[in-house]
Amino acid sequence: MVTSTTPRDGAGRGWPVRAAGLIPVRLRRIGLPYLLILPAIVLELLIHLVPMLIGIWMSFLRLTQFFIANWSAAPSAGLANYRVALDVNTAVGGSLLRSFLLTVVFTALAVGLSWLLGAAAAVLMQGSFRGRGLLRALFLVPYALPVYAGVITWSFLLQRDTGLVNHLLVDQFGLVDERPFWLIGDNSFVSLLVVYVWRIWPFAFLVLMAGLQNVPEDLHEAAAIDGAGWWRRLGSITMPLLRPINQVLVLVLFLWTFNDFNTPYVLFGKSAPEQADLISIHIYQSSFVTWNFGSGSAMSVLLLLFLLAVTAVYLVATSRRRDHA
Amino acid sequence: MRDPRWLPWARWIVLGFLAVFTLTPLYVMATSAIKPLRDVQGDFQWFPSTVTLSPFFDMWRTVPLARYFANSLVVASVAAVASVTVAIFAAYAISRFRFPGRRVFSVVVLSTQMFPGILFLLPLFLIFVTLGNTIGIELFASRTGLIITYLTFSLPFSIWMLVGYFDSIPVALDEAAQVDGNGPIGALIRVVIPAAMPGIVAVTVYAFMTAWGEVLFASVLTDDATRTLAVGLQGYATQNDVYWNQVMAASLVVSVPVVAGFLLLQRFLVQGLTAGAVK
Repeated sequence: MVTSTTPRDGAGRGWPVRAAGLIPVRLRRIGLPYLLILPAIVLELLIHLVPMLIGIWMSFLRLTQFFIANWSAAPSAGLANYRVALDVNTAVGGSLLRSFLLTVVFTALAVGLSWLLGAAAAVLMQGSFRGRGLLRALFLVPYALPVYAGVITWSFLLQRDTGLVNHLLVDQFGLVDERPFWLIGDNSFVSLLVVYVWRIWPFAFLVLMAGLQNVPEDLHEAAAIDGAGWWRRLGSITMPLLRPINQVLVLVLFLWTFNDFNTPYVLFGKSAPEQADLISIHIYQSSFVTWNFGSGSAMSVLLLLFLLAVTAVYLVATSRRRDHA
Repeated sequence: MRDPRWLPWARWIVLGFLAVFTLTPLYVMATSAIKPLRDVQGDFQWFPSTVTLSPFFDMWRTVPLARYFANSLVVASVAAVASVTVAIFAAYAISRFRFPGRRVFSVVVLSTQMFPGILFLLPLFLIFVTLGNTIGIELFASRTGLIITYLTFSLPFSIWMLVGYFDSIPVALDEAAQVDGNGPIGALIRVVIPAAMPGIVAVTVYAFMTAWGEVLFASVLTDDATRTLAVGLQGYATQNDVYWNQVMAASLVVSVPVVAGFLLLQRFLVQGLTAGAVK
């Protein structure tokens, strides 16, 4: 037994100073990063990837209420769930298509408006003026608020008889005679859009504001000396420099909005009016009302495929444009 | 450089509109919480007829708010701390090691963010129920199930942001610590984590907010005993008479801690967010 072993040459023989010393240094160096990401991988597998694969499998099963309790015994449905979901002549397919188109329109409007408000505020908040810090903090509050707290408050504002919106429109400004309903019927789409934009535009503002900090001031000054006006500088300097940020921001806004469940769920309760029946809440309702998880999974897989396709096309298109610029 | 003459006007009009738009619901929330019941049952009133704090006391009796509060607090705190711990290790690996699979890992983890929640909600519900029925691991309607779920929700962004912070810490600092006889893990604990502390706190707040505000999974994976605020707060609306002053008081109380935390730390959050996006 060599007693004078130092840690340096002691790996494997003598008294190992640390248990890790038993593993050859080379292997330790290679293995360490994998060991470090292992917990994250296990958790992602457990909660995201495995359920997703099971979800895809479920979409090929006749997983109706009769098989929910013993779902692994559910008979195969082949492509039947997909066929029903995609056949616009059936009640299920028709309402899915309606909900999908509604979500497309909603997403286009919501992302456009949120980006526009966020960009306008971020650009106009440039420079220093009194109250800037306070305003900035105020703008961020709706985003920091728990979704349900903000949306419940809006549902109070939008109540027909006791809400602020009708009080303003009918009692104070007299714009309409009859008190409109805001949470059912045609108006519910507008309500949902306003509430959603209220909640999400601060995120666009936050990100664009941070992006603007990276636009060098002297570039603007040089352009101003060359006679470039305010709009010209916005279009030729600010926006191109914001392009990488915008590319990510618009994608994230699109994915969040298209998948949004929280806003309609809290605003309307379990049954959203058909004018505000976004795709996530539509799939949720049709799954848990009928307990037909097979059909619900097929719809979810279709949704995922759509999102993947849009994301791929978007990334290719925006990256290529950037190369040409 | 001269700004155009109309710019101050545009600034006040646009920012003024946005301020009113943002503030109105917040104003209604705050003032309705101190209104007596009769003020919120008839026509809307801009100001309370008398100021009362009773909604803040009554709100605990109308629905079991204290239980929801405790559930949310336990679930969100444990999920946030666990998520950040896991994220710290993963982010350190990505920031400091070059290993095969590094990019794939980052992309896969981030892309889970785009999956529709509804796609894994249905299988997760079945998995949780089945695990309870077969091998007795009760994840359905348990806080543990919700904690594990929420942990993974904040994980991708937490890793992303932490990589940004860790990258901004000079590698020379780690190396100095390693020369002093620390291994890579020692360097992480003694040098990198302390240096990235503001970022780590910010990411923890972000993870807490994510869990505190989640509605979809909470609506399916909880029962009466484990219900969180996200679902529990809707209990007021199912009463015969909606006590809007209590609803607003409860909304205010559940919002103040997270809003305050977010506003205090948003500078660090933005830093991490854009550090990742710019690359």
